[in-house]
Amino acid sequence: MKDVIEGRVWTLGPDVDTDQIISGKYLTIIDPEELKKHVFEIALPEFAKEARAGDIIVADENFACGSSREHAPQAMRAIGVGAVVADSFARIFYRNAINLGIPTIEAGGVRAIFEKGDTARIEMTAGRVTNLRTGASVSFPPLPHHLLDLLEAGGLVEKVRRELKARAVAGSPP
Amino acid sequence: MSEANGQGATLAEKVLSRASGLDRVVPGEIVEGSVDLAMMHEQGAQTVAPFHQMGAVKVWDPERVVIAIDHWVPASTEGAAVLHRILRKFAAETGLTHFYDVGRHGICHQILAENGWVVPGDLAVGTDSHTNMLGAMGSVSAGIGPTEMAAVLALGRLWLKVPPTIQVRVRGSFGKGVTAKDLVLRILGEVRTTGATYKAVEFSGPTVRGLSMPERFTICNMTTEMGAKTGIVGPDEKTFEYLAKIAKHPMHPMTADADAHYERTIDIDVDGMPPMVACPYSPDNVRPLTDVVREHVKVDQAFLGSCTNARIEDLREGAALMKGRKVAPGVRFIVSPASTPIYDQCLHEGIIEIFTDAGAVFTNSSCSACFGGNMGILAPEEVCASSSNRNFPGRMGAKEARIYLMSPAAVVATAIKGEIADPRELL
Repeated sequence: MKDVIEGRVWTLGPDVDTDQIISGKYLTIIDPEELKKHVFEIALPEFAKEARAGDIIVADENFACGSSREHAPQAMRAIGVGAVVADSFARIFYRNAINLGIPTIEAGGVRAIFEKGDTARIEMTAGRVTNLRTGASVSFPPLPHHLLDLLEAGGLVEKVRRELKARAVAGSPP
Repeated sequence: MSEANGQGATLAEKVLSRASGLDRVVPGEIVEGSVDLAMMHEQGAQTVAPFHQMGAVKVWDPERVVIAIDHWVPASTEGAAVLHRILRKFAAETGLTHFYDVGRHGICHQILAENGWVVPGDLAVGTDSHTNMLGAMGSVSAGIGPTEMAAVLALGRLWLKVPPTIQVRVRGSFGKGVTAKDLVLRILGEVRTTGATYKAVEFSGPTVRGLSMPERFTICNMTTEMGAKTGIVGPDEKTFEYLAKIAKHPMHPMTADADAHYERTIDIDVDGMPPMVACPYSPDNVRPLTDVVREHVKVDQAFLGSCTNARIEDLREGAALMKGRKVAPGVRFIVSPASTPIYDQCLHEGIIEIFTDAGAVFTNSSCSACFGGNMGILAPEEVCASSSNRNFPGRMGAKEARIYLMSPAAVVATAIKGEIADPRELL
């Protein structure tokens, strides 16, 4: 995981629920490459076509509330979203996104300092998000070690894989 | 009022202390919790790839894993059929025998409840956001995603940030035609959709003690809409009686300390409280039903179903109102029981006939119209009265469709009148 992440910004309002990210009719799709064609179809219809790898989502409060569907962060990962920043997150999405290795940052007041198309710089260790167009910034409490370790490993799959491997080496079955 | 807000532990903190093997945990602390019960529905199909990528071979404890398919039952698309097949194959390979497949299926949370899979003191996780419902057993029950579930299946544990607790104390008696659903909508109107994010919501007070287990399921179910990690109710005689013959593993009943520390306490008095309705497009856009009735909101569809409100008590109450009356012309009324045993019970009690005689469609058990991906899907600009839990844009189909959330009785009254109606007019 990079300590400094920069990318073009897409903005979203408050309470964007997971239905507006990946609608219920797509939940039987499990191929992320297929899912990404429908990401934000309700909340931000132009996103799926125009988004590029490295783009950053900047949302308002309670981002991705609603269902537990991992399709939402899966589709974002398939697009190559560089980070998701929001004033606040719903809890299941927050865990899902971190577990998939997507830098997910809660920074109160962040939505207000960005407009669509701005460039954001995120400094993970320093705990700061800056709008490179306007110079405005907000700070956030750096992530706890537990979560930084997860992101550092590239997500939960890799973290558990290492743990099971270490256990197998130590002699107990996986 | 005599109360203490001191140094003691809340109920959720006690459950997480046990799960993490620690004497005491405090809000904000990250702990590793041992899981007592893991539940997967169709989203569990997405746990299979990460489970294998992790290098896992065995499930930590197949006796503590339940699979209950519910969103597309029987499979309504090829995609859903593939998800079901992935789950059946994985279950066979890893020895997961507690699989509630087509024919003995039901909504996953109802399956856990009516089969005693979650008991007091448990830490339970499921791949559905409304897993919170099982907190009514005096457990911490939370929704997680499928990658996280893969780790749980491999290790039998997960990290958790100990949540602060919001205490909701309820007193007073429900008036005629007013239900636990109206209570939880009223609370949502106050807590809002972000008010309990990452937190536990502990329900207490004399009115909560008086609620039946199904009613407790309803109020804990919609703590999800408050953003909560879990809803929770302290176990009592009603809990023990409900679980007496069905508990699948030993109970560890706990109660909150008398001097527990709550982040916030909300006192609700239900004396004189009217029925409530959550208007588009958020479950916290809550108004007294009487105000909405005055606006003559015509509906295209009414839905009596979902994990929130499709238990036998809900369907009996609905049938009592429906009996001898007809669904209004132009209204499609869908009734979907929460489980196959409830379906059977409806059959024996003549409930199915009451609804179908009235012009409703009575479906097999599933999540049905609740999530906009299987049946009962709404076209743009259509309006639906629903006993379910969410009304965000696009939830039941078109993003322009409008969903009003209300009690089962109010849904039935609305289906009869053809516009949003007060069930008390029929009592």
